[in-house]
Parts: sequence; structure tokens; C-alpha cells
Amino acid sequence: MKAIESIRDFQINESNIKLEEMTNQNSHYFTAFNKDSIFNIALTVIAILVVLLVGAILLSLTVYSLPVFKLEGISFLFHDIWNPIANKFGAMPFLIGTLLTSFLALFFSLPFSMAIALFLGEYFSSGKIAIFFQNTTSLLAGIPSVIYGFWGLFVLVPLIRNIEIKLGVLPYGVGVLTASLILTIMIIPYAASVGREVISLVPQDLKEGAYALGATRWEVIKNVIFPYARSGIFAGILLSLGRAIGETMAVTMVIGNNNQFPHGLFSPANTMASVIANEFTEATSNVYLSALIAIALLLFIVTTIINIVGRYIIKKLSIENLD
Amino acid sequence: MDNNQRDKCNIRFLINKLMKYSIYLFTFASIIPLALILIYLIKQGISSINWQFITQLPKPIGEQGGGVLNAIIGTIILIVLSTIISVPIGIKAGIYLSEVKTGKLAYLLRLSTDILQGIPSIVLGVIAYLWLVKPMKAFSALSGSVALAIMMLPMIIASTEETLKLVPYSLKEAALALGVPYYKTILKVILPAGMSGILTGVLLAVARIAGETAPLLFTAFGSPYLNFNPLHPINALPLVVFNYASSPYPNWWHQAWGASFLLTMMVLILNLAAKTGASRWKVKF
Repeated sequence: MKAIESIRDFQINESNIKLEEMTNQNSHYFTAFNKDSIFNIALTVIAILVVLLVGAILLSLTVYSLPVFKLEGISFLFHDIWNPIANKFGAMPFLIGTLLTSFLALFFSLPFSMAIALFLGEYFSSGKIAIFFQNTTSLLAGIPSVIYGFWGLFVLVPLIRNIEIKLGVLPYGVGVLTASLILTIMIIPYAASVGREVISLVPQDLKEGAYALGATRWEVIKNVIFPYARSGIFAGILLSLGRAIGETMAVTMVIGNNNQFPHGLFSPANTMASVIANEFTEATSNVYLSALIAIALLLFIVTTIINIVGRYIIKKLSIENLD
Repeated sequence: MDNNQRDKCNIRFLINKLMKYSIYLFTFASIIPLALILIYLIKQGISSINWQFITQLPKPIGEQGGGVLNAIIGTIILIVLSTIISVPIGIKAGIYLSEVKTGKLAYLLRLSTDILQGIPSIVLGVIAYLWLVKPMKAFSALSGSVALAIMMLPMIIASTEETLKLVPYSLKEAALALGVPYYKTILKVILPAGMSGILTGVLLAVARIAGETAPLLFTAFGSPYLNFNPLHPINALPLVVFNYASSPYPNWWHQAWGASFLLTMMVLILNLAAKTGASRWKVKF
């Protein structure tokens, strides 16, 4: 009997131990649950921080650009005289400079980027040639912009100067055209890579349908691929325009840094980004600094709108293609 | 088929061929500037690179020789600092996006990432100036790194989200079914599975900021001395290129080509490392 009792005691003891273990484990579960919520809170806090970062950027730019808007009012954007010594600040020359250089660059780059997009998306979508061209375009995108500027200064500027001498205009060498040409080289990869992606997304059966009707390859591109990929190509162009508008170093080095209204393709000018790069450390008075910050704010708003529209189109396209 | 129709067909074939060859032509033409830049860079760069160039500090104007050691070290310090700042935040925000796919905060975070991606680098330089240089009343390596870190952030967030999305859901379910707490599932199962993609993203982000000049102009500012203190101005290779290139001294131009060559090599190697790393370390599912 005693033996049986001792066994029972042992069993009871053991079950007690098990019970204790379970409660221990329960507390373990509890701490794990706590750690889970800490983990989740940490993630949420970081997410909020990143959102706040963007808000803070916009806020600081706005607050610091108030003095110049107080001085000049909204006409800050439309005046074409920029004279820090006389305390006159008009951002118009830089707005025009930016618009001129970036749209010219866009115009020059379109044939090239569209050709690459078609070449890689339609003619040679795989194989060694495709890999070679993909690598070269990513290489183009990877070279630091200051090196483009340096090369432009030493190779492109003398070239343009020679052309200007032959044309009989003032041979500055630097100017709107030189900056646009450098920008052209720099933004080709962006429109090309987005274009390639959307062109390769065009459904095969649509193209085959057109071929079956007797269309030539170019007719397929013109009547099937372009209409289908239209919005994606547009988004790619927008993104490269955003690049061109925000590009600083290369433009600063070859545009000539002239604060007057640009009179023509060959005249030296300044863009919004290049005037900030040139004059920010020289800005002695508060209003001067604030005028430059106001230009930064403008740059921020313009590029943000362009970017968001471009990305929204691309996202919508990729979702449609998943469905 | 009468002659008229045959002519029409011939014209269509002709246009087809014409467009095909013009597309080829424009594609091949677009390599020319790249080739020109690279050839010029290599030709000018290699001749100015020697042992002295890498190991010495710059000499005053007029003296021959001198190097860019301070800029090389400065670039490395800037990269390390900005990586330390941006990687923890970027990866956590990426995890948030891949875990919480919908909702207001996720939408806002995605929007913010897109906005950050598009901000021109010069604007970030202005921001770092306003936030750090102005209150501290001194140019500093730290302020430069903050500007660069904000540039890196969206790339790291995006690559983390993209990679973690590709990790199969069954992995997560298996870990949770074994009783692993949720946070451990993420940190010990999901994150290691996506590590290669995240590392690739970080490397690409570093490659992007390594050559950036605009955010450093009025933050890190540049300095002719060797500096290890993050609160003092620091030199960087892109700054050397810019400052020397716009100077009137041929000797400095020469040095700028050397610095350009070093910088391009660095960016290329980083890009290459990211690409090979992406294919080699990839965990296959």
C-alpha cells in the first residue's frame, strides 16, 4: 500500500510541478505578448517619424521663407530682378532658367530614351545585347553628377564655344544650351528604364493579334504598344523631368551663373537649383537667405507634385496588370 | 494583287525598316556620350593617380604634388555616419510597410517615401543647414551625413518592403505555429530570409549618395585638413572635384580628374557589389 501511496504522492508532486511550469510558461507567454506590443509600437513610432520628417521639411522651408514673402509678397515669383545688394529679390529668371533647361533636355532626350525603351522592351528583350545595354544605361545613371559637370566644363563647353564663334554669337561656351545637353545625357536612363518596363508589360496576345492581321512591326509598335503603354511612358517622362528640374551640380558648373533673364539658347543663366548652390554660403542678410530658401521650397513643391503624379501612374499600371 | 496595292505594301515595309534602323541608331548613339565620358575620365584620371595622391594631404596653391587623403577619409566617414543613421530607421519603416499593408499610416508612410525619393538633393542640403548648421553655428560632418541619410532613407525603405513581400507567407505561418512570438518571427525568421535583398538596397543607396555633392556644399563644407571629428567641417571626394574643377589652376584640375576617377570607381564597385551580392546571397524559395 505504501508503495502505491508514494507513487500517488509522486504523481501529485509531478502534476504540481507541471502546473507550476505551465504558469511559468504562461508568464513567458505574457512577456512575449508584451514584447510583441512593444515591437509593434516601435514600428509604428518609426513610421510616424518618417511621415513627420516630410512634414518637418515642408514646415521649415515654409517658415524660413516667410521673410522674403513679407518683403516682396507673391510678386517674388514674378519679378525678374535679383539684386541682393539692393534687397530686391525676384525669382523669375531662375524659374525660366529651370523650365528652359529641363524642357529642352526632355525634348532632346526623348528620341534616345524612347529608342532604348523600344530596343530593350520589344526588339531585344533578352540576350547579351539586352544585358549590355541595360548595364550601360545603369552605368549612365550611376556616374555622379559632379563628374558630368566637370566633363561638360572641359569637353562640352569648348565645343559649344567653337560653334558659337562660327555662328557669330558671343562665345561664352557656358549657357542654357550647354546645361540642357548635359541634362539630356543624365536623364536618358530614367525615361528609358520606365519605358522599357511598361513596353515589356504589353500582353503578347494583343501584339500577336495585330501581327495576324498583317501589321508590320512598326505598325504594331505604333498602334498597339504605344496606346497600351501610353500612360506608363508618360510617367517615365515625368520622372525624368523631375530629375532634370532638381539636378544641381552638373547644371551649376556649365550654365554660367548669370542672374539675368536668359535671352536665348546661348546666353548664360541660372536655374533654381544652381542659384541656391552658388549663393547660399554667400547669403549674409536674413532676407537674402530666406529668398534662397523660398526658391528651395518652390523646387520642393514642383518636384514633389511631378514625382507623385508619375509614381501614382506607375503604381496604378502595375496593379492593373496584376489583376 | 495590282500594282497599287503592291506599292502600298512596299511603302509599309520600307517605313518598318526605316523605323527599325532609326531605333537601332538612336540606341547605339546614346552610348557615345557614356563612352566619351569614361574614356576621357580614364585618360585624365589614371595619369594623376599615384601613391602620393592617395596618401598625402593637399598642398597649398603653387606647390606641386599633394593628395586627397583627407577627402577619401571624409567620404568614408560621411558614408558610415549616414548609413548608421538611415539603416535602422529605414529597415523598421520597411518592416512596417510589409506587415501593415493597408491603413492610413501605411498610406502616409508610402506617400512620404515617394516624396523623399523625389526631393532634389540641394533642398536636403538646405534642410540640413537649417536644422543642424544654423543652431550649432558650425559646418559639420554630422550635418552632411544627416542630409545624405535622408537621401538614403526612401531607397532602404523601398528595398526592405519589396524584399520582405517576397518572403513566402508559409515561413511566417510555420514559425507562428511552432509558438514563436510574433516579434521573434519577424526578427529571426522573416528578416534573415530577406537579408540579401535588404543589403543590396543599402549598397545601392550608398552608391547613390557616395557621389552626391549638392547636399554637402553648405553642410560638410570641405576642409584642407585631416579630420575625424563629426562636429567639424570635413572634406569629401565630390567636393574636391567641384572645388578644384571650378578653380583656375591646371594643377588642381589634374587632381580633380584623379578624384573623379576614384569616385567613379568607388560608385561602380558598390553597384557591382550590390548586383553580384543580390544574385549570390539570394535565398531561394
